[in-house]
Amino acid sequence: MNMHHFKLYDFDGGIHPEQNKSQSTQLPITTAKIPQRLILPIAQHIGAPGNPAVKPGDKVLKGQIIAKGEDFVSCNLHAPTSGIVGVIEDREVPHQSGMSATCIEIITDGKDTWIDHQGLDNYLESDAASLIDCIAQAGISGMGGAGFPTHVKASIPASKINTLIINAAECEPYITSDDLLMREYAMDIIKGIEILQRILLPEQCYIGIEDNKPQAIEALQIALKENLDDTHNIHVVVIPTKYPSGGEKQLIQILTGKEVPVAGIPADIGIVCQNVGTVHAIYQAVALGIPLISRITTITGDAVSSPQNYQVLLGTPVTDVLSQANAQPNKVKRLIMGGPMMGFTIASADTPITKTSNCIIAASDQELPDPAMEQACIRCGMCTQACPAQLLPQQLYWFAKSSNLEQAQAHNISDCIECGACSYVCPSNIPLVQYYRFAKGEIKQAKSDKKSSEQAKLRFDIRNARLDRETAEKDAKRKARAEAAAKKQAAKKAAPPATPASGDATAEPSVDTEVLKQKVLAAQTRVDKARERLAMAQEQNLETADALELGLNKQIDKLTAAQKSLEEAKS
Amino acid sequence: MNLLNISSPHATRSGNTGNVMLTVLLALIPGIITLSYFFGPGHLIQICIASATAIGCEALVLHLRKKPIGFYLKDYSALLTAVLLAISLPPYAPYWVTMVATLFAIVIAKHLYGGLGQNPFNPAMVGFALVLVSFPVEMTTSWSAPSALLENGIGVAQALEIIFSSRETIDAITMATPLDLYKNQVEIATASEIYQNPLFNGPNQEASIALGWQWVNVAFLLGGAFLLWKKIFTWHVPVSLLLSLSLLSIFIGWDSDSYVPISLHLFAGATMLGAFFIATDPVTASTTPLGKLIYGAGIGVLIYIIRTWGSYPDAVAFAVLLMNFAAPLIDQYSQPRTYGHKKAVRGLAKKD
Amino acid sequence: MSLILISIFALVALAILFGAILGFAAVRFKVEGNPIVDQLDALLPQTQCGQCSYPGCRPYAQAISEGNEKINKCPPGGESTIAAIADLLGVDPEPLDAEHGEEKDVTLVAVIREDECIGCTKCIQACPVDAILGAAKQMHTVISDECTGCDLCVEPCPVDCIDMIPVGTTMQSWHWPKPAAAQMIATDKVQTI
Repeated sequence: MNMHHFKLYDFDGGIHPEQNKSQSTQLPITTAKIPQRLILPIAQHIGAPGNPAVKPGDKVLKGQIIAKGEDFVSCNLHAPTSGIVGVIEDREVPHQSGMSATCIEIITDGKDTWIDHQGLDNYLESDAASLIDCIAQAGISGMGGAGFPTHVKASIPASKINTLIINAAECEPYITSDDLLMREYAMDIIKGIEILQRILLPEQCYIGIEDNKPQAIEALQIALKENLDDTHNIHVVVIPTKYPSGGEKQLIQILTGKEVPVAGIPADIGIVCQNVGTVHAIYQAVALGIPLISRITTITGDAVSSPQNYQVLLGTPVTDVLSQANAQPNKVKRLIMGGPMMGFTIASADTPITKTSNCIIAASDQELPDPAMEQACIRCGMCTQACPAQLLPQQLYWFAKSSNLEQAQAHNISDCIECGACSYVCPSNIPLVQYYRFAKGEIKQAKSDKKSSEQAKLRFDIRNARLDRETAEKDAKRKARAEAAAKKQAAKKAAPPATPASGDATAEPSVDTEVLKQKVLAAQTRVDKARERLAMAQEQNLETADALELGLNKQIDKLTAAQKSLEEAKS
Repeated sequence: MNLLNISSPHATRSGNTGNVMLTVLLALIPGIITLSYFFGPGHLIQICIASATAIGCEALVLHLRKKPIGFYLKDYSALLTAVLLAISLPPYAPYWVTMVATLFAIVIAKHLYGGLGQNPFNPAMVGFALVLVSFPVEMTTSWSAPSALLENGIGVAQALEIIFSSRETIDAITMATPLDLYKNQVEIATASEIYQNPLFNGPNQEASIALGWQWVNVAFLLGGAFLLWKKIFTWHVPVSLLLSLSLLSIFIGWDSDSYVPISLHLFAGATMLGAFFIATDPVTASTTPLGKLIYGAGIGVLIYIIRTWGSYPDAVAFAVLLMNFAAPLIDQYSQPRTYGHKKAVRGLAKKD
Repeated sequence: MSLILISIFALVALAILFGAILGFAAVRFKVEGNPIVDQLDALLPQTQCGQCSYPGCRPYAQAISEGNEKINKCPPGGESTIAAIADLLGVDPEPLDAEHGEEKDVTLVAVIREDECIGCTKCIQACPVDAILGAAKQMHTVISDECTGCDLCVEPCPVDCIDMIPVGTTMQSWHWPKPAAAQMIATDKVQTI
């Protein structure tokens, strides 16, 4: 019922970077203005992109589905406000490659007119299937950063789950969106947890929260007390502040002492983990019928004069929110979406906010200076001390640097969670994570190359087998014919020599009229076919018509020759 | 806005390799002061000779390798090698011994293997071992007696003269090291007889371990503790080294009438310098937690074996170099168990 | 004399003994490995392009394994394949034989300009991996996922309607490149630390 008597475990490694959270917690959450245009990528989640359900020029209402997630692992997307669909085209999306992908543009009308919507009545008495369907309809995907479709995660059979973990650690520096969400919407979060409990039927539920958020902790505890009687099994568990305690695997380790098996998922050890923002979105969808159309985003960094959290409509260009927070564009040196440890830089401020954008850092040059020149690795092992996955970052670095992918794999590079703790502590300023990302990408590439080369080999072998078979069949036919001819020859030799029919002594006598008849027939069909083809070619004005005509003439010649020889044989 | 596009993490701890090296140099200062206090200015002069040689050699090789000299000199690794080498060498060794050792350490042991981070052997110890086997006379007759045992102590002028020009007066100030003395005499004398020598308890026979040496070791121990606190290295190597050396001294050498006692093993030689400053050199040590324990323990065992049954007076250099050989292998067989895995990987990946 | 006899006897006995041990070990601890041809074939890129002058990758692997062919005749595999083969066979890697073509930096895929295709099926016959679909007088098209980029379909096309297009990076295949600043030389600008 409370947070005492709770045994916490520790994870290996971890770091204590500068928090930089207080800047953005001074002001309450503010609703950002509706921008003139919203840019909505159809893939804001892991899995297949949604299929656009609107076309340019369509009028849309707030909450209307504009892209449908039709695959099993996919998500719906809704219009965050009312307006008219502009273009559907490739735009720069929040991705570290800086590449473009399909986006739906909505020109907002400022009226913010809702489509008909309502939540489930008595949702705590609904069955799991209808709750999951409600979550799926609302297009909710993990809001902590990964963006895995929530309804898929919620569909894990309840019999497999004994623990529900709500990730409220928010361990990355700068980000305070979950903190403020918990301070202001603690009650909704508790209700959201109740919905998840209704679906997954866990024996216990832990809200893992770092001890640097005392106000959020208090708010959650008050909400628990006010909202539920003493029989609930939701525990607010305060954990020590250490990066990356909010990593799913690390939080599970802290709270339960268990490790997610390699290449497995938390459900393998009876655990489901949900981000606290996701839980809030679940509550809104199920209780109020509000799909995921906005999120809390921290706007912070030295280049922002009034850093704070905003409730932002999905699709809002970063530049719009930045200007509301009084950013000084000429001071911005690096624009980061996400935190300073795992977030990615975006190349343009026109990039839109998506379902996973928990933070925008507009960093000045002093705040995050250009990376220092990479020095030689002195094998100091500070990275090994910092690694939360008990890897040997330094060995991985040497292997990645020399493109020794085989050894990198043998040293479990795939278990690296790219948290950046190793790069953070490295005294030689080596961009270790980039080396690992490079090696992981190469490994992935090599695997897919290998697969396609095996596929190519298989197809090549099958083709060869087919060609061999065809040749064999042809050979067999030829042989059979030759044998038949030889037999006839033998029969003829045995029979008394016939009188020659004409002057030609060699070929004519052996010709059977039956064979000749068949030849004529075959020639006739060939001519017919050639005619057909020629007609088609002429109809379509193809260049080949001439060649075909030539071919037809040849076939006709052959036909007449065959007819002639048949008549000769008959006579 | 001209925005920077780089891979995460964006936040990094400030500092660089140079800071690490400077911190280690800082931690050496108490030891150097104590050395100079008890053995005269010899070590300070050697530090100057070695540093100048090291920086000169480093700059020259960097120039030949077409690397930016300023950038690489700022990592202070050459300076650290020079200082470690200088305080390992006998304080009144001729200047050319120091120069040869430093040159060999920087040019051969470090840069020919690819420079900082690539050398398999501790450069300072390679330089030390080279001059130890090449110039045994200069190396074994240049340890001064503690100043307290000399009538006038050792002046700077005298020190400079001995190191740079004439070695005529050296006999007046040199003496065997306590470890050496004990080892040589224990075959013919009992412990109490050996302890009569003022090298151990001083001219006035106050109870102590080894005159001067004990405080030098304490100073290096303090410096090492400072580095541990600064998290420059982890506890594994020094602790396992000292533990294995102590255990062997207790179980084999419990009889101080036949063997060198544990007190001298720990506080009369280069043990603390070796445990905290030489064996912990990250480039050449093992890097996994378990590997560091094995590596440190190996050095401790080798130190004891060479000191007890070998013919060299101290053994840190050879012990460290021998374990340097083993470090890559140890690393491969001491990998930690990765998160989520049932067991740790052992060895390199097999070729199929 | 007897000494000599004894030594001869001893040596022979030892030779027989060790021979027996070695022979036993050879049988008992025999490593069942892939025949060398299979291993070589696995290293080749399986584009089946024939640039090595053999009709496909396996015949080339066969030729290498028989010892009468050089290992540097595979342009699609390039230096990395040569290095891998050299490693497998324990020979020195050689630079790619330029006679057989050059290594391409990008993977290519064949694309038929479909409105120009006359449906002659010549490319279908040329394709070593059956990656081209179509029938006589019907428009042909390349299954780009199956195309190995071998080039063999380009030449037979009577109307030159096949292009080799580089496969672009997609958001799924994109990954961070290796950090570039690893090796610094004197001419690089040195930043103040």
